Amino acid sequence: MVQTFKHQSEYKVIGSRPVRHDGFDKVTGRAIYGGDIKLPGLIWGALTRSPHAHAKIKSIDTRAAEKIEGVLAIITSKDMPETEDKMVDLGEGDENPRWTSNKLMAQQKVLYKGHPVAAVAAVNRYIAEHAATKIKVEYEVLEAHNDVDSALRKDAAIILESLEGDDLGEEIHNTNLAKHEKYEFGDVDKAFTNATYIEENTYTMQMVHQGYIEPHNATAFWDEEDRVKIWTSTQGAFTARTALSNLLQLDVSRIKVTPCEIGGGFGGKIPVYLEPIAALLSKKTGRPVKMMMERTAVFETTGPTPGGKVWVKIGADKEGKLIVAESKIWFEAGCNPGSMIEPAAQCIYAPYDIQNTRIDTYDVIVNKPKVAPYRAPGSPQVAYAMESAVNDLCEKAGWDPLEFRMSNASDKDTRRGDGVKFSVIGTKEVIKATKNSDHWNSDLGTSEKGKVRGRGISHGYWFNIGLKSSVNLNVNKDGTVTLIEGSTDIGGSRASISMQAAEVLGIPAEDVRPSVVDTDSVGYTDVTGGSRTTYATGFAAWEAANNLIVEMKKRVALYFDRNNEDVNFESGVFSVEPDIENEKPERKITFKEIAEKIDDDDLGGPVNSVGSVDLESAGDGFGMHIADVEVDLATGKTDVIRYTAVQDVGKAIHPSYVEGQMQGGAAQGIGWALNEEYFMQDEGGMVNSSFLDYRMPTSLDLPKIETVLVEVPTPLHPYGVRGVGEVPICPPLAAVGNALKDALGIRFSDLPMNPAKIIKAIGN
Amino acid sequence: MHPFNYVAPVTVKEAIDILEKHGDRARPLAGGTDLLVQARGNKWDLDAVVDVKKIPEAMQLDVSNNGLTIGAGVPCYQIYDHEKIKSDYPGIVDGAFIIGGIQIQSRAAIGGNLCNAAPSGDAICPLIVYDATANIAGPSGNRDVSVEDFCVGPGKTVLKNGELLVSISVPKPPSGFGAAYERFIPRNEMDIAVAAVAVSVTLDNSGTNFESVRIALASVGPTPIFATKASNSLKGKSINESSISEAAAIAKDESSPISDMRGTIEHRKQLIEVITKRMLNEAVKRARG
Amino acid sequence: MANTNIHITTTINGQPYEFLAPSYMSLLDALREIVGLTGTKEGCLDGNCGACTVNVDGRIVDSCLVLAAEIDGCEVETVEGMASSEGLHPLQKAFLEEAALQCGICTPGFLVAAKGLLDNEPNPSEHRIRHWLAGNLCRCTGYDKIVKAVQKVSSEG
Repeated sequence: MVQTFKHQSEYKVIGSRPVRHDGFDKVTGRAIYGGDIKLPGLIWGALTRSPHAHAKIKSIDTRAAEKIEGVLAIITSKDMPETEDKMVDLGEGDENPRWTSNKLMAQQKVLYKGHPVAAVAAVNRYIAEHAATKIKVEYEVLEAHNDVDSALRKDAAIILESLEGDDLGEEIHNTNLAKHEKYEFGDVDKAFTNATYIEENTYTMQMVHQGYIEPHNATAFWDEEDRVKIWTSTQGAFTARTALSNLLQLDVSRIKVTPCEIGGGFGGKIPVYLEPIAALLSKKTGRPVKMMMERTAVFETTGPTPGGKVWVKIGADKEGKLIVAESKIWFEAGCNPGSMIEPAAQCIYAPYDIQNTRIDTYDVIVNKPKVAPYRAPGSPQVAYAMESAVNDLCEKAGWDPLEFRMSNASDKDTRRGDGVKFSVIGTKEVIKATKNSDHWNSDLGTSEKGKVRGRGISHGYWFNIGLKSSVNLNVNKDGTVTLIEGSTDIGGSRASISMQAAEVLGIPAEDVRPSVVDTDSVGYTDVTGGSRTTYATGFAAWEAANNLIVEMKKRVALYFDRNNEDVNFESGVFSVEPDIENEKPERKITFKEIAEKIDDDDLGGPVNSVGSVDLESAGDGFGMHIADVEVDLATGKTDVIRYTAVQDVGKAIHPSYVEGQMQGGAAQGIGWALNEEYFMQDEGGMVNSSFLDYRMPTSLDLPKIETVLVEVPTPLHPYGVRGVGEVPICPPLAAVGNALKDALGIRFSDLPMNPAKIIKAIGN
Repeated sequence: MHPFNYVAPVTVKEAIDILEKHGDRARPLAGGTDLLVQARGNKWDLDAVVDVKKIPEAMQLDVSNNGLTIGAGVPCYQIYDHEKIKSDYPGIVDGAFIIGGIQIQSRAAIGGNLCNAAPSGDAICPLIVYDATANIAGPSGNRDVSVEDFCVGPGKTVLKNGELLVSISVPKPPSGFGAAYERFIPRNEMDIAVAAVAVSVTLDNSGTNFESVRIALASVGPTPIFATKASNSLKGKSINESSISEAAAIAKDESSPISDMRGTIEHRKQLIEVITKRMLNEAVKRARG
Repeated sequence: MANTNIHITTTINGQPYEFLAPSYMSLLDALREIVGLTGTKEGCLDGNCGACTVNVDGRIVDSCLVLAAEIDGCEVETVEGMASSEGLHPLQKAFLEEAALQCGICTPGFLVAAKGLLDNEPNPSEHRIRHWLAGNLCRCTGYDKIVKAVQKVSSEG
């Protein structure tokens, strides 16, 4: 049975903005990220990588590298343990260890540019990297597939020979199609015949990267007992432990993962890359081994989000009711199966109540790095398509875009494209808040000569996951409480989790002292990702705090010489009513005061508690963004001159960090809309694999990003928290695209919508 | 990266000797913002880098009645922070001000930008339109080469074995002179030019006619292009929209861009035409004061 | 590998330092591996992200593109030198109060870069702030709260 909650209207701690608990360490440079780890005897590892996107490995000659002074070990796929062949759930995407092992160290073939072929351990980083370039590999180059159309051609070279594809339940072989799924409700074909207005288009997009500033890193030590210690910047220490257990064929109890501070993840640091290699190099050398990934390899070999094609056809009746929607979604999975076709289907129609829907999704293997989750994986791509189509439909019919969305808005019990029905959601509230926003009601203004302006809006949706979290609380004598958790703090979650415990306990947020600990020191906790951390680990902290109150009440009862059930707790104060019969008076004591007494004998020993949760959804999240753009008609240069992000956040525990998520997601979406893409060369392989040519927005490329926080608390959380982190990357693509349509009268259906494409379209 | 030695000679002669001895396995180090990236990317296998920043001639920054002398190692920020250079050589400041971000400009030198010989080098086209000269020292002696002849291919210069770019001389502009440089990038900072144009004009005494014009184009050929046809087309012509548009169209034809990850042929051609027009107008404005 | 080690004498955050570094080692690596100051971060190693920003003789630079050998005789300031025994630098305080960091990996670079701006221009416009900081990439915040934090310090004088 799913627990539901009614919510208070006022809180003491929730909604305030305390300084984050790890803040001082992070602004002084003291915080230890994965790259900062130092150990006695530490040596370095580096990888030899394939220059080809698709090739057979004919031979590997390590002799020249072995001779280099300072080289201590070299490994290839022969040193990788044999893994099982099954799907493993990593929290935001599944992986098959057999595919993964091959992905991390190529066996017979290289499947993407940068695919590791060998690894070197040496006394320092320079020698390791230098030696890695001296390993000679002979390749037989094969045709590389850069996109879904190429990979699905009848005569296409097959990338994974042993792939068993699944075409609507039917097993297929000799294919690059890993999966085809279908979702269908109502009568789509009939509904189209009843539609007065129809809009149909195909939208294309390239792979884009999460773009975290910190490269992947790992430090590993394999000891004499075959126990492995790992220090890594990861979004999930337990998930990494599971992955490593499968890849190294060791029981999880033999692996201890310490999550270091992390320099950004956005989903991309859920999979492991360097950890198993560092571990095997450590096994061979007997030394702790550190590896830092070079920036080109971060782009070329770690998961971007899928590029692909989304075909959408929608139909509305003459009253403005959206009655039917059909779509086909092809996503590039990269070199292994598993692009985010399920979430795409879950998200594409989510902001709308549509009776007749059909979705076909296709997971396609290409010679590119295996995709990894990137902030609402699959949702931004389909939002771009759907919201562009809705925009154009409204234009065609002469309907107001906000009114149309309001009258077709999804609500409680609306059925999603995959059949799941919503509980309480905030779609309508978000639309209303957008309508009332300062931005929407402000003039677009006029540009100087030669430039034009436009405004666009777009919905965005993510379902937000729940999953498992554990929290331990311990009371200190000074009335503070230590909070032990396993959720990597990527964006200030230590604060929001502590605040939820503090609210229950009636103490200030500063009096909860959080620690993010390793896999030996706290119970199982799923990834920091999926917009789940404030929700699920916060829920676990809430539960632990309530359990702590139970324990504290026992101490109070002993202290007051009363029964447990006589003790009340409210707003940080324990009390007992007078017991007239036994001549016992009313008594009160604060949390802090009773804490001071816990060392005393006779009070029942140290006070601690546990919270452990396994939750369903973190409450569906809806957002809507408004983008104003200005375009130079002669050059195609596009600037975002004003931007507002509206979002239903359920309940903002720490508003600054909620705003931060909205602004950060918006910035990534704007970069994706205007300039970011994997630029492939014909033979396969990304050519713009640096921050110079993979063009993420700089501070000079963005305006201030206004945020409007709507709060429709979800009954699924004690404080109404909805996941917030992923929704905000979904609207910007179409918001910018619709703004360009408004400015230029041109529909761009291919991302990124960069100046060259704009000039070409204007010229036509 | 091949491990290299570091030497910091204090005279030009010392530097030349080291460069000659190592041949193409040693390179001079000014700002390091291209060289170190390339060494790490294994573009060069170097045995030595020769730091020029202790050589006085390479670090001079001299503005006099004869003109401007910029040592090859002088970082960009010194150029754009210099009041006299800002007022007298604004086109060169335009280039120096947009190479990379602030951190890059603290180190990157326009001498290094020139020797890196990228077709997109932001320092090079401005130097061409200012009729600048590269002052080279080598085992066979000193020689001067016009900047427009200095780059011979992508990443290739006229420097022979053992030769060192010591400084760049810019003649004092005559009266009636104005120059400007602008590049197109898709973001607002930190990009390599998709296409860029530098223009200098010398107006006649009436200020209504072009006496001479120099137009240089970046990122649209294997080297920065001195667009002689477009430049000469304006000699003696009256300053108006028609003559400017014509010249811009000729400049577009003199460009030979490729399509790559930074831009398409069509887009670059259009940009050359647009920016040439804009820079001609800006240069005229500056010439008129 | 080359055996040349360069003898470097320098001042880092006001303290004198003397050490040997390989001739090909970057200032970034020397700070992190030899001096032991890991506050300055590695992001790209090619001067495009600013995570490695330090201040050398009054100018902000990407330390990944400076050889350790080149700072012999120079004064270097890193993020570790911003706070004093009296407390955090106003920029550090403002970053915390304005929540101008999420993952924090870019933060040391931004702090050193912003200090480099405000030390010379105490009252920059928003455009100037954004222009100055364009060499520092942040992927988490969208820069909004970073700019606000710098504006806060500049307005407080």
